Amino acid sequence: MSAGRTVRLGAGAGFAGDRIDPAVELAQHGALDYLVFECLGERTVAAGHTRRLADPHAGYDPLLAARLRAVLPHCRDAGTTVVTNSGAANPEAAGVRAAEVIRELGLPSRVATVTGDDVLDAVRRRDPRVWETGTRLSEIGEELISANAYLGAEPVAQALASGADVVVTGRVADPALYLGPLLHEHGWDRGDPTLLGRGTLVGHLLECAGQLTGGYFADPLTKPVPDPAHLGFPFADVGPDGSAVFGKLARSGGRLDARTCGEQLLYEVDDPGGYVTPDVVADFSGVTFTESGPDRVVASGATGRARPDTLKVTLGFRGGWLGEGQITYAGPRCLDRARLAADIVRERLVSVHGLDETAVEVEYIGAGAAFRGLGGLAGLGGLGGPAAQAVDPVEVRLRVAARVASEEAASVVGWEVESLYTNGPAGGGGARREHREIVAVRSCLLPVEDVRPVVTVL
Amino acid sequence: MTIRVDDLADVRAGDKGDTLMLAVFPRGDEEFGILRERLTAEAVGGHFAPLVTGPVHRHVVPGLPALVFRIPGVLGGGVTGSATLDGHGKTLSYHLLTLELPPGPDGDPVVRR
Repeated sequence: MSAGRTVRLGAGAGFAGDRIDPAVELAQHGALDYLVFECLGERTVAAGHTRRLADPHAGYDPLLAARLRAVLPHCRDAGTTVVTNSGAANPEAAGVRAAEVIRELGLPSRVATVTGDDVLDAVRRRDPRVWETGTRLSEIGEELISANAYLGAEPVAQALASGADVVVTGRVADPALYLGPLLHEHGWDRGDPTLLGRGTLVGHLLECAGQLTGGYFADPLTKPVPDPAHLGFPFADVGPDGSAVFGKLARSGGRLDARTCGEQLLYEVDDPGGYVTPDVVADFSGVTFTESGPDRVVASGATGRARPDTLKVTLGFRGGWLGEGQITYAGPRCLDRARLAADIVRERLVSVHGLDETAVEVEYIGAGAAFRGLGGLAGLGGLGGPAAQAVDPVEVRLRVAARVASEEAASVVGWEVESLYTNGPAGGGGARREHREIVAVRSCLLPVEDVRPVVTVL
Repeated sequence: MTIRVDDLADVRAGDKGDTLMLAVFPRGDEEFGILRERLTAEAVGGHFAPLVTGPVHRHVVPGLPALVFRIPGVLGGGVTGSATLDGHGKTLSYHLLTLELPPGPDGDPVVRR
């Protein structure tokens, strides 16, 4: 611990399927103290549990080994510590895999895991109220397969204090992956909500990686982004007082300015004054961004209040099966033919296969489906008014989908779309079908004292 | 000539369960003034009716500046409850851009691009 020093945190991934090369570039040229891979969404954890139920050695991020293999040699050279929640539903197995990769590479690095987020037994005991249904957990008919509490930054800081070079966690709150190294390096008072709020701001801005540097931002007319194919991931230099300067490598594509930071600040935040995390209730309502140079932004103004005495828990349930099929119609009367095709499929799913009609959803892709009927064809090109409904789109892709109880019922949805080839309207092409099991995700709270984080050094 | 949100601002969508969240980023101070006055919670609710199931809430974040709207019900079951292709409602940010603003008391400003 070296008080007074500025710590550089780099974003290595913003979701489980994120690109690897921008992280390698940062590891190689970013002079990072920490490289953080945020790889968990609510559904990622629950989906990991279905894989773990089928194979006790699975359930962590399938890209974990590939990511570590790509960055660890550079991290060793630069003295960079890796923190990741890629452990997902099986941080123990992920830690073992990380240690294997380190051995294969011939590196001296040490691995620590953070576990204790799995609270399946605790939620069964407490039987808490479920947010989405308003009922007790035990009143929900679907099979509960997973319950993961959002851990905070403290166990991450403890894992770092153990001397680990690679920290692998399960469900840790996304910003806490970044706050953990700041607690460890700056020795912040865990009871100082202002510092925790500032550190959480840093984590929130970095947690989606490329979304801070022009990813999910580009619009060729209103918001051009240079060289988006080589979008660089961001880093932040954080001082002992929580002051933060964000940057990206000059060699990389993308842009980092007050507008990209503003969009990321408010991403999935419904109350900027009360962003609840396991560590602090952060207040972003007074945050401002100042551009201090090319692709350099100073973020300031975050504060915070004491954390709640409960932790959010993500519950995963077996939610049945989703079946779907798609087919394209183009040219004159394509929307009419797509509607006829949908009528045929819907009627057969009900009368021949016994599906519940209300489970069947039809979308006309290219004719306003994404706007859920709100814009109609008006959304396509500003052709407002009722006349728009009479305009034939160039082409329409029909999508029929249904959520059903069994795999067998799910598979007939796409089958019926595919069989339009020889039985349906004229000129249908490019049919595709798939079906998959659904994990339904819901949320509840548990008292903090029910959750016991554990740090293990491998 | 009427002006649309698209002429004045950028929008980012996010989701929490059934609720759609839209963050609106005016492109300048003048645009912020217009949107703050005319892009009300009621106007946004009307633009997303009939999918809206409850009151639309608006937060003003002057430091950025930005307006944040919480629109309940739009996502009908959310990402795990609905069979819809874009269950997150990610594309709906651009629906808000098509909203035509009611005219102001002093007429409309020249739109910059």
